[in-house]
Amino acid sequence: MEDRRLIRLKPNLERRALVYEFSRAFFREQGFLEVETPVRLPEIAPELYIAPFQSEGWFLSTSPELHMKRLLAAGYERLFQVSRCFRKGERGRWHNPEFTMLEWYRAGADYRQMVRDTEQLVAAIVRRLKLPAVIFYQGQEIDLTPPWPVVTVRDAFLNAAGWDPIADPDPLRFDTDLVTKVIPGFAPDRPTVLLDYPAPMASLSRLKLGEPQVAERAEVFIGGLELANAYSELADAREQERRFRTEIEQMEKEQGRQMSLPRRFLEAITHLPECGGIALGMDRLVMLFCNADSIEDVMPFTVDTA
Amino acid sequence: MDISDVHKNSNILINSMPYNVVENDLMKPGKGRAIFRLKLKNLLDGSVLERTFHSGDKVDEARVTSHEMQYLYKEGEQYVFMNTETFEQVFLTEKQVGDRSHYLKEGTLVTMVMLEDKPIDLNLPTFVELKVVRSEVSSKSDTITAQNKAATLETGYEVGVPPFVKEGDIIKVDTRTGQYLERVTTKK
Repeated sequence: MEDRRLIRLKPNLERRALVYEFSRAFFREQGFLEVETPVRLPEIAPELYIAPFQSEGWFLSTSPELHMKRLLAAGYERLFQVSRCFRKGERGRWHNPEFTMLEWYRAGADYRQMVRDTEQLVAAIVRRLKLPAVIFYQGQEIDLTPPWPVVTVRDAFLNAAGWDPIADPDPLRFDTDLVTKVIPGFAPDRPTVLLDYPAPMASLSRLKLGEPQVAERAEVFIGGLELANAYSELADAREQERRFRTEIEQMEKEQGRQMSLPRRFLEAITHLPECGGIALGMDRLVMLFCNADSIEDVMPFTVDTA
Repeated sequence: MDISDVHKNSNILINSMPYNVVENDLMKPGKGRAIFRLKLKNLLDGSVLERTFHSGDKVDEARVTSHEMQYLYKEGEQYVFMNTETFEQVFLTEKQVGDRSHYLKEGTLVTMVMLEDKPIDLNLPTFVELKVVRSEVSSKSDTITAQNKAATLETGYEVGVPPFVKEGDIIKVDTRTGQYLERVTTKK
Protein backbone atom coordinates (compact mmCIF):
# COMPACT_ATOMS: atom_id res chain seq x y z
CA MET A 1 0.00 0.00 0.00
CA GLU A 2 2.61 2.54 1.13
CA ASP A 3 4.97 1.54 -1.69
CA ARG A 4 2.29 2.22 -4.26
CA ARG A 5 1.48 5.60 -2.77
CA LEU A 6 5.14 6.64 -2.70
CA ILE A 7 5.78 5.47 -6.25
CA ARG A 8 2.73 7.37 -7.45
CA LEU A 9 4.14 10.54 -5.84
CA LYS A 10 7.50 10.28 -7.59
CA PRO A 11 6.81 12.73 -10.47
CA ASN A 12 5.56 15.29 -7.93
CA LEU A 13 8.57 14.83 -5.65
CA GLU A 14 10.89 15.23 -8.64
CA ARG A 15 9.14 18.44 -9.59
CA ARG A 16 9.28 19.56 -5.98
CA ALA A 17 13.07 19.21 -6.01
CA LEU A 18 13.23 21.34 -9.17
CA VAL A 19 11.03 24.06 -7.66
CA TYR A 20 13.44 24.19 -4.70
CA GLU A 21 16.48 24.31 -6.98
CA PHE A 22 15.03 27.07 -9.19
CA SER A 23 13.86 29.12 -6.20
CA ARG A 24 17.33 29.03 -4.66
CA ALA A 25 18.92 29.95 -8.00
CA PHE A 26 16.49 32.88 -8.38
CA PHE A 27 17.49 34.38 -5.03
CA ARG A 28 21.21 33.69 -5.38
CA GLU A 29 21.26 35.46 -8.75
CA GLN A 30 19.77 38.55 -7.11
CA GLY A 31 22.36 38.64 -4.38
CA PHE A 32 20.28 37.11 -1.58
CA LEU A 33 22.10 35.13 1.08
CA GLU A 34 20.57 31.82 2.11
CA VAL A 35 20.54 31.42 5.89
CA GLU A 36 19.43 28.86 8.42
CA THR A 37 17.98 29.96 11.74
CA PRO A 38 16.92 27.66 14.61
CA VAL A 39 13.95 25.38 14.27
CA ARG A 40 13.76 25.00 18.06
CA LEU A 41 13.53 28.40 19.72
CA PRO A 42 13.18 29.93 23.17
CA GLU A 43 10.90 32.74 21.98
CA ILE A 44 8.35 33.20 19.22
CA ALA A 45 6.01 36.00 18.16
CA PRO A 46 2.74 35.81 20.09
CA GLU A 47 0.08 35.24 17.46
CA LEU A 48 -3.48 34.56 18.55
CA TYR A 49 -4.33 31.97 15.91
CA ILE A 50 -1.00 30.23 15.50
CA ALA A 51 -0.49 27.49 18.07
CA PRO A 52 3.10 26.35 18.66
CA PHE A 53 4.34 22.89 19.64
CA GLN A 54 6.30 22.86 22.90
CA SER A 55 9.76 21.36 23.00
CA GLU A 56 11.34 20.96 26.46
CA GLY A 57 10.13 24.41 27.49
CA TRP A 58 11.10 25.96 24.13
CA PHE A 59 9.05 26.03 20.94
CA LEU A 60 9.24 24.48 17.52
CA SER A 61 9.44 27.33 15.03
CA THR A 62 6.11 28.63 13.73
CA SER A 63 7.96 30.98 11.37
CA PRO A 64 11.61 32.08 10.94
CA GLU A 65 10.58 35.75 11.02
CA LEU A 66 12.06 36.92 14.31
CA HIS A 67 15.54 35.50 13.75
CA MET A 68 15.70 36.70 10.16
CA LYS A 69 14.83 40.21 11.33
CA ARG A 70 17.58 39.98 13.93
CA LEU A 71 19.99 39.33 11.05
CA LEU A 72 18.59 42.30 9.15
CA ALA A 73 18.99 44.46 12.22
CA ALA A 74 22.67 43.46 12.23
CA GLY A 75 23.09 44.78 8.70
CA TYR A 76 22.26 41.87 6.34
CA GLU A 77 20.30 43.36 3.46
CA ARG A 78 18.98 40.48 1.37
CA LEU A 79 18.19 37.20 3.05
CA PHE A 80 16.21 34.11 2.23
CA GLN A 81 15.50 30.87 4.00
CA VAL A 82 13.74 27.61 3.25
CA SER A 83 12.66 26.36 6.64
CA ARG A 84 10.43 23.87 8.35
CA CYS A 85 7.64 25.41 10.39
CA PHE A 86 5.29 23.75 12.83
CA ARG A 87 1.75 24.79 13.70
CA LYS A 88 -0.41 22.74 15.97
CA GLY A 89 -3.80 21.50 14.78
CA GLU A 90 -3.39 22.59 11.17
CA ARG A 91 -4.35 19.57 9.13
CA GLY A 92 -6.48 19.57 6.01
CA ARG A 93 -6.35 19.53 2.24
CA TRP A 94 -4.06 22.60 2.26
CA HIS A 95 -2.42 22.13 5.66
CA ASN A 96 0.00 19.85 7.42
CA PRO A 97 1.19 20.71 10.95
CA GLU A 98 4.79 20.49 9.70
CA PHE A 99 5.37 22.38 6.46
CA THR A 100 7.97 24.34 4.53
CA MET A 101 8.14 28.11 4.37
CA LEU A 102 10.17 30.10 1.90
CA GLU A 103 10.80 33.44 3.56
CA TRP A 104 12.80 36.39 2.25
CA TYR A 105 13.62 39.95 3.27
CA ARG A 106 14.88 42.99 1.42
CA ALA A 107 16.22 46.08 3.14
CA GLY A 108 14.80 49.31 1.72
CA ALA A 109 11.77 47.56 0.21
CA ASP A 110 8.06 47.67 1.01
CA TYR A 111 5.23 45.11 0.75
CA ARG A 112 4.51 45.92 -2.91
CA GLN A 113 8.13 45.17 -3.81
CA MET A 114 7.83 41.79 -2.04
CA VAL A 115 4.80 40.97 -4.21
CA ARG A 116 6.81 41.94 -7.31
CA ASP A 117 9.57 39.58 -6.15
CA THR A 118 6.97 36.83 -5.87
CA GLU A 119 5.74 37.50 -9.41
CA GLN A 120 9.31 37.30 -10.71
CA LEU A 121 10.06 34.17 -8.67
CA VAL A 122 6.99 32.37 -10.03
CA ALA A 123 7.77 33.53 -13.58
CA ALA A 124 11.35 32.25 -13.23
CA ILE A 125 10.18 28.83 -12.01
CA VAL A 126 7.64 28.61 -14.86
CA ARG A 127 10.40 29.41 -17.35
CA ARG A 128 12.88 26.94 -15.94
CA LEU A 129 10.30 24.18 -15.69
CA LYS A 130 9.65 24.92 -19.40
CA LEU A 131 5.95 25.45 -18.71
CA PRO A 132 3.77 27.88 -20.64
CA ALA A 133 2.78 31.09 -18.81
CA VAL A 134 -0.75 29.76 -18.66
CA ILE A 135 -0.78 26.71 -16.42
CA PHE A 136 -3.56 24.24 -15.80
CA TYR A 137 -4.59 23.80 -12.19
CA GLN A 138 -7.54 21.70 -11.05
CA GLY A 139 -9.42 22.04 -14.32
CA GLN A 140 -8.74 25.78 -14.57
CA GLU A 141 -6.35 27.70 -16.81
CA ILE A 142 -4.37 30.26 -14.81
CA ASP A 143 -2.32 32.96 -16.52
CA LEU A 144 0.72 33.60 -14.31
CA THR A 145 2.14 36.49 -16.37
CA PRO A 146 3.14 39.47 -14.20
CA PRO A 147 1.95 41.91 -13.09
CA TRP A 148 -0.83 40.23 -11.14
CA PRO A 149 -4.20 41.91 -10.55
CA VAL A 150 -4.39 43.79 -7.27
CA VAL A 151 -7.42 44.48 -5.11
CA THR A 152 -7.62 46.18 -1.73
CA VAL A 153 -9.20 44.37 1.20
CA ARG A 154 -11.80 47.12 1.38
CA ASP A 155 -12.90 46.76 -2.26
CA ALA A 156 -12.79 42.95 -2.22
CA PHE A 157 -14.99 42.80 0.90
CA LEU A 158 -17.41 45.48 -0.27
CA ASN A 159 -17.76 43.57 -3.49
CA ALA A 160 -18.07 39.97 -2.27
CA ALA A 161 -19.39 40.35 1.28
CA GLY A 162 -21.05 43.77 1.31
CA TRP A 163 -19.16 45.41 4.20
CA ASP A 164 -16.02 47.41 4.86
CA PRO A 165 -13.61 45.73 7.29
CA ILE A 166 -11.35 48.80 7.39
CA ALA A 167 -14.05 51.16 8.64
CA ASP A 168 -15.53 48.47 10.89
CA PRO A 169 -12.98 45.84 11.92
CA ASP A 170 -14.56 42.53 12.94
CA PRO A 171 -11.92 39.78 12.91
CA LEU A 172 -14.31 36.82 13.28
CA ARG A 173 -16.54 37.95 10.46
CA PHE A 174 -13.41 38.84 8.46
CA ASP A 175 -11.92 35.34 8.58
CA THR A 176 -15.24 33.65 7.78
CA ASP A 177 -16.14 35.93 4.89
CA LEU A 178 -12.58 35.81 3.57
CA VAL A 179 -12.66 32.04 3.08
CA THR A 180 -16.34 31.60 2.24
CA LYS A 181 -17.03 34.68 0.08
CA VAL A 182 -14.00 36.79 -0.83
CA ILE A 183 -11.49 34.13 -1.99
CA PRO A 184 -14.11 32.13 -3.94
CA GLY A 185 -15.02 35.40 -5.68
CA PHE A 186 -11.51 36.02 -7.11
CA ALA A 187 -11.12 35.66 -10.88
CA PRO A 188 -10.10 32.00 -11.26
CA ASP A 189 -7.87 32.51 -14.30
CA ARG A 190 -5.36 34.92 -12.68
CA PRO A 191 -3.47 35.21 -9.40
CA THR A 192 -4.93 37.81 -7.03
CA VAL A 193 -3.01 40.14 -4.75
CA LEU A 194 -5.12 41.23 -1.79
CA LEU A 195 -3.64 44.20 0.04
CA ASP A 196 -4.07 46.86 2.71
CA TYR A 197 -5.38 44.85 5.65
CA PRO A 198 -7.18 46.26 8.69
CA ALA A 199 -4.53 47.54 11.11
CA PRO A 200 -5.50 45.14 13.96
CA MET A 201 -4.88 42.16 11.66
CA ALA A 202 -1.18 42.63 10.99
CA SER A 203 0.71 42.84 14.26
CA LEU A 204 4.16 42.77 12.62
CA SER A 205 3.59 45.22 9.79
CA ARG A 206 3.89 48.93 9.35
CA LEU A 207 0.79 51.12 9.09
CA LYS A 208 0.15 53.09 5.95
CA LEU A 209 1.38 56.66 6.05
CA GLY A 210 -1.60 58.99 6.45
CA GLU A 211 -4.00 56.03 6.73
CA PRO A 212 -3.37 54.50 10.16
CA GLN A 213 -6.38 52.15 10.02
CA VAL A 214 -4.64 50.25 7.18
CA ALA A 215 -1.59 47.99 7.53
CA GLU A 216 0.89 47.49 4.68
CA ARG A 217 0.21 43.81 4.35
CA ALA A 218 -0.44 41.87 1.13
CA GLU A 219 -1.42 38.30 0.39
CA VAL A 220 -1.07 36.37 -2.84
CA PHE A 221 -3.75 33.86 -3.90
CA ILE A 222 -3.46 31.51 -6.85
CA GLY A 223 -6.07 28.91 -7.74
CA GLY A 224 -7.88 29.55 -4.45
CA LEU A 225 -4.69 28.82 -2.48
CA GLU A 226 -3.32 31.36 -0.04
CA LEU A 227 0.27 31.32 -1.20
CA ALA A 228 2.24 34.16 0.42
CA ASN A 229 1.94 36.90 3.01
CA ALA A 230 3.98 40.12 2.73
CA TYR A 231 4.61 43.03 5.08
CA SER A 232 6.31 46.34 5.05
CA GLU A 233 8.00 45.38 8.30
CA LEU A 234 7.33 47.32 11.46
CA ALA A 235 10.66 48.75 12.63
CA ASP A 236 9.38 50.57 15.71
CA ALA A 237 10.37 48.51 18.76
CA ARG A 238 8.04 50.29 21.18
CA GLU A 239 5.04 49.98 18.91
CA GLN A 240 5.92 46.33 18.33
CA GLU A 241 6.08 45.65 22.08
CA ARG A 242 2.74 47.36 22.62
CA ARG A 243 1.09 45.19 19.91
CA PHE A 244 2.62 41.99 21.30
CA ARG A 245 1.31 42.87 24.77
CA THR A 246 -2.20 43.33 23.36
CA GLU A 247 -1.94 39.98 21.57
CA ILE A 248 -0.71 38.23 24.75
CA GLU A 249 -3.54 39.72 26.83
CA GLN A 250 -6.13 38.59 24.30
CA MET A 251 -4.56 35.13 24.19
CA GLU A 252 -4.84 34.79 27.97
CA LYS A 253 -8.38 36.10 28.05
CA GLU A 254 -9.79 34.13 25.12
CA GLN A 255 -7.74 30.95 25.19
CA GLY A 256 -6.16 30.77 28.63
CA ARG A 257 -2.78 30.53 26.86
CA GLN A 258 0.34 32.05 28.47
CA MET A 259 3.16 33.49 26.43
CA SER A 260 6.00 35.84 27.18
CA LEU A 261 7.43 38.69 25.14
CA PRO A 262 10.24 37.81 22.70
CA ARG A 263 12.82 39.98 24.45
CA ARG A 264 15.87 39.40 22.27
CA PHE A 265 13.85 40.20 19.17
CA LEU A 266 12.44 43.39 20.68
CA GLU A 267 15.93 44.53 21.66
CA ALA A 268 17.31 43.80 18.19
CA ILE A 269 14.67 45.59 16.14
CA THR A 270 15.62 48.98 17.51
CA HIS A 271 18.21 48.69 14.67
CA LEU A 272 15.90 47.16 12.05
CA PRO A 273 16.18 49.10 8.78
CA GLU A 274 13.15 49.87 6.67
CA CYS A 275 12.48 46.55 4.94
CA GLY A 276 9.94 44.26 3.38
CA GLY A 277 9.45 40.58 4.13
CA ILE A 278 7.34 37.77 2.76
CA ALA A 279 6.58 34.17 3.65
CA LEU A 280 5.52 31.75 0.95
CA GLY A 281 4.11 28.26 1.49
CA MET A 282 6.47 26.05 -0.53
CA ASP A 283 4.23 23.00 -0.35
CA ARG A 284 1.40 24.97 -1.89
CA LEU A 285 3.64 26.42 -4.61
CA VAL A 286 4.62 22.85 -5.48
CA MET A 287 0.92 21.82 -5.44
CA LEU A 288 0.27 24.48 -8.03
CA PHE A 289 3.00 23.23 -10.35
CA CYS A 290 1.98 19.58 -9.86
CA ASN A 291 -1.74 20.24 -10.36
CA ALA A 292 -2.18 18.60 -6.95
CA ASP A 293 -5.47 18.91 -5.16
CA SER A 294 -4.12 18.04 -1.73
CA ILE A 295 -0.92 18.78 0.18
CA GLU A 296 -0.44 15.06 0.78
CA ASP A 297 0.21 14.68 -2.97
CA VAL A 298 3.40 16.74 -2.74
CA MET A 299 4.79 15.39 0.56
CA PRO A 300 6.01 11.82 0.91
CA PHE A 301 4.88 11.66 4.53
CA THR A 302 2.25 13.82 6.22
CA VAL A 303 1.22 13.75 9.86
CA ASP A 304 -1.17 10.90 8.95
CA THR A 305 1.41 8.72 7.23
CA ALA A 306 4.58 9.59 9.16
CA MET B 1 -15.86 17.86 21.99
CA ASP B 2 -13.78 20.64 20.43
CA ILE B 3 -14.38 21.20 16.71
CA SER B 4 -10.67 20.57 16.06
CA ASP B 5 -11.15 16.98 17.29
CA VAL B 6 -13.87 16.30 14.72
CA HIS B 7 -12.66 14.20 11.79
CA LYS B 8 -14.05 12.75 8.65
CA ASN B 9 -16.41 9.96 9.77
CA SER B 10 -16.95 11.38 13.26
CA ASN B 11 -20.57 11.36 14.40
CA ILE B 12 -21.90 14.56 15.92
CA LEU B 13 -25.24 15.94 17.12
CA ILE B 14 -26.75 19.09 15.63
CA ASN B 15 -30.10 20.18 17.07
CA SER B 16 -30.12 16.71 18.72
CA MET B 17 -30.02 15.01 15.31
CA PRO B 18 -27.12 12.61 14.63
CA TYR B 19 -24.87 13.38 11.66
CA ASN B 20 -21.92 11.63 10.13
CA VAL B 21 -19.07 13.91 8.96
CA VAL B 22 -18.62 13.18 5.26
CA GLU B 23 -16.09 15.95 4.56
CA ASN B 24 -14.15 18.27 6.82
CA ASP B 25 -12.28 21.08 5.09
CA LEU B 26 -9.94 23.21 7.19
CA MET B 27 -9.96 26.67 5.61
CA LYS B 28 -7.54 28.51 7.82
CA PRO B 29 -6.14 31.87 6.71
CA GLY B 30 -2.44 31.87 7.67
CA LYS B 31 -2.86 34.49 10.37
CA GLY B 32 -6.56 33.96 11.05
CA ARG B 33 -8.94 31.68 12.84
CA ALA B 34 -9.41 28.13 11.71
CA ILE B 35 -12.67 27.68 9.85
CA PHE B 36 -13.99 24.18 9.43
CA ARG B 37 -16.42 23.55 6.59
CA LEU B 38 -18.28 20.33 7.32
CA LYS B 39 -20.43 18.31 4.99
CA LEU B 40 -22.76 16.22 7.11
CA LYS B 41 -25.08 13.33 6.45
CA ASN B 42 -28.12 12.88 8.66
CA LEU B 43 -27.96 9.36 10.08
CA LEU B 44 -31.73 9.10 10.34
CA ASP B 45 -32.93 10.24 6.93
CA GLY B 46 -29.74 10.48 4.84
CA SER B 47 -30.22 14.18 4.08
CA VAL B 48 -27.06 16.27 3.56
CA LEU B 49 -26.18 19.48 5.36
CA GLU B 50 -23.27 21.94 5.15
CA ARG B 51 -22.14 23.81 8.24
CA THR B 52 -19.26 26.15 9.05
CA PHE B 53 -17.55 26.11 12.46
CA HIS B 54 -14.78 28.25 13.98
CA SER B 55 -11.82 27.28 16.11
CA GLY B 56 -12.95 27.03 19.72
CA ASP B 57 -16.49 25.92 18.83
CA LYS B 58 -17.78 22.93 20.74
CA VAL B 59 -20.01 20.22 19.34
CA ASP B 60 -21.67 17.22 20.97
CA GLU B 61 -20.43 13.85 19.95
CA ALA B 62 -23.15 11.45 18.83
CA ARG B 63 -22.42 8.15 20.54
CA VAL B 64 -23.17 5.81 17.68
CA THR B 65 -22.37 2.13 18.18
CA SER B 66 -22.96 -1.10 16.26
CA HIS B 67 -24.24 -4.34 17.77
CA GLU B 68 -24.93 -7.79 16.43
CA MET B 69 -28.64 -8.57 16.77
CA GLN B 70 -30.95 -11.34 15.78
CA TYR B 71 -34.27 -10.66 14.12
CA LEU B 72 -36.94 -12.38 16.20
CA TYR B 73 -40.38 -11.62 14.78
CA LYS B 74 -42.76 -8.92 13.73
CA GLU B 75 -45.31 -7.76 16.23
CA GLY B 76 -47.99 -5.45 14.87
CA GLU B 77 -46.07 -2.72 13.07
CA GLN B 78 -42.82 -3.33 14.88
CA TYR B 79 -39.87 -5.51 14.08
CA VAL B 80 -38.36 -7.06 17.18
CA PHE B 81 -34.60 -7.70 17.42
CA MET B 82 -32.48 -9.17 20.21
CA ASN B 83 -28.95 -8.14 21.12
CA THR B 84 -26.99 -11.41 20.94
CA GLU B 85 -24.70 -10.37 23.80
CA THR B 86 -27.07 -8.77 26.29
CA PHE B 87 -30.32 -10.44 25.12
CA GLU B 88 -31.99 -7.04 25.31
CA GLN B 89 -34.75 -6.46 22.80
CA VAL B 90 -35.05 -3.42 20.55
CA PHE B 91 -37.74 -2.39 18.10
CA LEU B 92 -37.75 -0.85 14.65
CA THR B 93 -40.81 0.51 12.83
CA GLU B 94 -41.90 -0.59 9.36
CA LYS B 95 -40.71 2.76 8.04
CA GLN B 96 -37.25 2.31 9.55
CA VAL B 97 -36.90 -1.16 8.09
CA GLY B 98 -38.38 -0.22 4.70
CA ASP B 99 -37.58 -2.56 1.80
CA ARG B 100 -35.08 -4.41 3.90
CA SER B 101 -38.03 -6.45 5.18
CA HIS B 102 -37.57 -8.41 1.93
CA TYR B 103 -34.54 -10.10 3.44
CA LEU B 104 -35.55 -10.47 7.08
CA LYS B 105 -36.54 -13.90 8.19
CA GLU B 106 -36.71 -15.02 11.77
CA GLY B 107 -33.26 -15.76 13.12
CA THR B 108 -31.32 -13.54 10.66
CA LEU B 109 -28.29 -11.86 12.22
CA VAL B 110 -27.99 -8.14 11.45
CA THR B 111 -25.84 -5.21 12.61
CA MET B 112 -27.93 -2.69 14.50
CA VAL B 113 -26.73 0.94 14.57
CA MET B 114 -27.59 2.56 17.90
CA LEU B 115 -27.55 6.21 18.96
CA GLU B 116 -27.09 6.00 22.74
CA ASP B 117 -29.68 3.25 23.49
CA LYS B 118 -31.94 4.00 20.55
CA PRO B 119 -31.79 1.85 17.40
CA ILE B 120 -31.57 4.08 14.32
CA ASP B 121 -30.44 1.86 11.48
CA LEU B 122 -29.87 -1.68 10.44
CA ASN B 123 -27.18 -3.24 8.26
CA LEU B 124 -28.07 -6.50 6.59
CA PRO B 125 -25.64 -9.28 5.80
CA THR B 126 -24.56 -8.97 2.14
CA PHE B 127 -26.03 -12.37 1.30
CA VAL B 128 -29.08 -14.05 2.76
CA GLU B 129 -30.47 -17.53 2.15
CA LEU B 130 -34.21 -17.69 1.65
CA LYS B 131 -36.67 -20.42 0.78
CA VAL B 132 -38.79 -20.30 -2.36
CA VAL B 133 -42.42 -20.74 -1.31
CA ARG B 134 -44.07 -20.31 -4.67
CA SER B 135 -42.87 -20.48 -8.25
CA GLU B 136 -44.48 -21.52 -11.51
CA VAL B 137 -43.20 -24.63 -13.21
CA SER B 138 -41.44 -23.46 -16.33
CA SER B 139 -42.18 -24.71 -19.78
CA LYS B 140 -39.54 -26.39 -21.90
CA SER B 141 -38.92 -23.39 -24.14
CA ASP B 142 -38.14 -21.30 -21.05
CA THR B 143 -35.41 -23.72 -20.07
CA ILE B 144 -33.83 -23.44 -23.48
CA THR B 145 -33.79 -19.64 -23.55
CA ALA B 146 -32.82 -19.50 -19.86
CA GLN B 147 -35.42 -16.83 -19.24
CA ASN B 148 -35.90 -15.95 -15.59
CA LYS B 149 -39.22 -16.58 -13.95
CA ALA B 150 -40.82 -15.08 -10.87
CA ALA B 151 -40.49 -16.75 -7.48
CA THR B 152 -41.97 -15.73 -4.14
CA LEU B 153 -39.70 -16.18 -1.14
CA GLU B 154 -40.60 -16.96 2.44
CA THR B 155 -40.41 -13.25 3.37
CA GLY B 156 -42.97 -12.39 0.70
CA TYR B 157 -40.29 -10.91 -1.58
CA GLU B 158 -40.65 -11.67 -5.27
CA VAL B 159 -37.44 -12.23 -7.23
CA GLY B 160 -36.46 -13.43 -10.71
CA VAL B 161 -34.88 -16.91 -10.64
CA PRO B 162 -33.65 -19.33 -13.35
CA PRO B 163 -36.21 -21.87 -14.56
CA PHE B 164 -34.61 -24.80 -12.70
CA VAL B 165 -35.41 -23.30 -9.29
CA LYS B 166 -38.38 -25.05 -7.68
CA GLU B 167 -40.67 -24.43 -4.73
CA GLY B 168 -38.94 -25.55 -1.55
CA ASP B 169 -35.44 -24.72 -2.84
CA ILE B 170 -33.20 -22.43 -0.77
CA ILE B 171 -31.58 -19.67 -2.79
CA LYS B 172 -28.94 -17.03 -2.05
CA VAL B 173 -29.91 -13.37 -2.61
CA ASP B 174 -27.60 -10.32 -2.70
CA THR B 175 -29.13 -7.73 -0.37
CA ARG B 176 -27.28 -4.85 -2.10
CA THR B 177 -28.93 -5.49 -5.46
CA GLY B 178 -31.92 -7.63 -4.50
CA GLN B 179 -30.87 -10.16 -7.16
CA TYR B 180 -30.80 -13.95 -7.15
CA LEU B 181 -27.24 -15.29 -6.92
CA GLU B 182 -27.36 -19.08 -6.72
CA ARG B 183 -29.29 -22.08 -5.52
CA VAL B 184 -28.02 -23.34 -2.18
CA THR B 185 -30.05 -26.53 -1.71
CA THR B 186 -32.78 -28.15 -3.70
CA LYS B 187 -35.77 -29.97 -2.39
CA LYS B 188 -35.37 -33.70 -2.93
